[in-house]
Amino acid sequence: MSDTTTSAPAPRPKKVQDRIDRLRAQYSTGGDRRRQRAEQLYSASQWQLMRAKFGKHKLAMVSLYLLILFYVVAILADFIAPYDPQERSRQHIFAPPSAIHFFAPDGGFVGPYVFDSRTRVNPKTFKYDLIVADNADMNPVVLFPKTDPYLLMGVIPMSVKLFGTTSRQPVFLLGADNLGRDLFSRIVHASRVSLFVGFGGVLISFVLGVALGGISGYVGGKVDVIIQRTIELVMSVPQIPLWMALAAAIPAEWTGIQTYFAITLVLSLVGWTGLARVVRGRILSMREEDYVMAARISSASSWSIITRHLIPGFTSYLIVHITIAIPFMILGETTLSFLGIGIRAPDVSWGSLLQQAQDVVVLSNYVWLLWPAAFVVAAVVLFNFIGDGLRDAADPYAK
Amino acid sequence: MLQFALRRLGILIPFLIAISIVSFIVIQLPPGSYVDSYVNNLRLQGNVVSAEQEGNIRAMYGLDKSMPEQYALWMGKIVFAGDFGSSFRYNRPVAAILMERVPSTIILSLTAIAFTWLLAVPLGILSAVKQYSVWDHTLTLIGLVGLAVPGFLLALGIMFVVYQNTGWLVNGFFSPPFREAPWSLAKVLDLLKNVWLPILVLTIGGMATITRVLRATLLDELNKQYVTTARAKGVPEMTNVLRYPLRIAINPLLSTLGWMLPAVVGGEIVVSKVLNLPTIGPVLLEASITQDMYLAGGIVMILSVLTVFGTFISDLLLALNDPRIRME
Repeated sequence: MSDTTTSAPAPRPKKVQDRIDRLRAQYSTGGDRRRQRAEQLYSASQWQLMRAKFGKHKLAMVSLYLLILFYVVAILADFIAPYDPQERSRQHIFAPPSAIHFFAPDGGFVGPYVFDSRTRVNPKTFKYDLIVADNADMNPVVLFPKTDPYLLMGVIPMSVKLFGTTSRQPVFLLGADNLGRDLFSRIVHASRVSLFVGFGGVLISFVLGVALGGISGYVGGKVDVIIQRTIELVMSVPQIPLWMALAAAIPAEWTGIQTYFAITLVLSLVGWTGLARVVRGRILSMREEDYVMAARISSASSWSIITRHLIPGFTSYLIVHITIAIPFMILGETTLSFLGIGIRAPDVSWGSLLQQAQDVVVLSNYVWLLWPAAFVVAAVVLFNFIGDGLRDAADPYAK
Repeated sequence: MLQFALRRLGILIPFLIAISIVSFIVIQLPPGSYVDSYVNNLRLQGNVVSAEQEGNIRAMYGLDKSMPEQYALWMGKIVFAGDFGSSFRYNRPVAAILMERVPSTIILSLTAIAFTWLLAVPLGILSAVKQYSVWDHTLTLIGLVGLAVPGFLLALGIMFVVYQNTGWLVNGFFSPPFREAPWSLAKVLDLLKNVWLPILVLTIGGMATITRVLRATLLDELNKQYVTTARAKGVPEMTNVLRYPLRIAINPLLSTLGWMLPAVVGGEIVVSKVLNLPTIGPVLLEASITQDMYLAGGIVMILSVLTVFGTFISDLLLALNDPRIRME
């Protein structure tokens, strides 16, 4: 043991010293911080508590971020999809997902590239086989390749895409369909219709549900009976046949946008009943509360009692309900379009893309046609996880 | 009990009228009548159709009358003659098509509901008794699948997996050689080889909610003191669960039994299209696509009426079982 090692300790790195100082300062103030936190918790508004509780639900948080990503992709579809959803390539009918290579045939690293390839019908199996020549050209896959000018979101002029090849050989991330169209581009474009149909539909059924449920609960009496019977009627009629019959009534010559709104309307006409029941139940239980009585005595109008005193009391439940209603709308649209009575070509939705996967024999040859299904299921599952998290957060005072 | 039944029946009648009006609206919705397309077709084929003839055709179908009159005419024919109008796509009376197709839809739906309950109730109990076990988590996962995967996709997926692994293509109720054959043991076996898929798909679709609700309510009950008391007195665990808490926990499910019908019928419509079943589903779809509105409206009406009656019967059964409902 020599003196040199024990007497003067080596000076700590500045970063560590800073941290120690900070910690010391924190604990020397006698738990001030902790007390502050507790006070913050007491004085936090309901919404702050809900946000905090939702944030603790890891699965819901991750789902939320992923879902936001979905929507961003849908909004920026023109930029993210490397090709136009209608762009055909006769050489690539039923081309499988492109194999993306990173190393040159001789072993050196050259970055991502795809080989020149084409598909041809196999005369024996009648299946389209991928053909790659022995010394096929290598086509690098690059970020931001130049393309024909287009308008992003219909307003911003652009002439680059997120990724793609610079040559004529396309890169098929998820394969190609029966006309040689890039499935990935089609899915990205379809997500616009499929993801936003939920919002439109929920908006309409939200207005209907809150208005009718509110009137039913608040006015009561005969009006209540009539509205309740109507709801029971709508609920006892099988939804899907009614959807089908209503969707059939959409004239064939309507444009894509018109059909889209008609489908949204059809979906929401049946969807409002659940919400109306929730709203009615909440209002029935709340309208006898003292504060409502107080408002009434102060001669507040029915309208302001409903909008200022009753509805804020169950906004959180409404939000939960909406989160759970959106995936139902998405599934409804997918089902209708899959059956061929929803979104019509040339417009695409996840459901209409799945039409190609209808035939199991075709599917067994070209499995990648099932990719849109993965997106549908993912979106629905994500919404359900968020709904779970919100349900827990909706009542932040529990436990 | 009789009073309860009568009161329920009293509600039923306005329901049926409302359903018939909705179906009539469905028929009237597409712009232009089918006489228009019929006449157009005749003209395209080179026939000369005068305005007078067109008027005659219209009169024949009662299209020259006002809407309420047309409705009364349509309803009257259905009620008194069982005549739902005729399908111009199939060129046959709608009633005949309904007779042919609806029974298989009913049988398939009821079988699916029976299986759903037979499976969902024991699994719900298992989930609650063994909370947070591997079973519980597995069932939660299956429930999520049932919720997130639309029926047609599930049918397609299972069909695909079966075809890939065994080369067996599930298609319709019977394989081609048995379709016209008389009933025999081999035909029944063939039916079983095909019919399990639609039943499985419909069962998974309906199971999720039942299992979840039963699990939640049963868990509430299991924590109550009377269960502890029974356990302390030495009642075997299984008997304990089945005899008291289950009875209470299953009640909210029984009361929504009727609501299951519309969902199952709807699911059946879509699944039968994918699996090519000779039920009403594919017919309704085709009628919708070709705007064969008498057929589509007729199907919507008959399915709705049947589900409403189904709900009525399940209500009666419930009231028989639970005196509290009778007193409502």
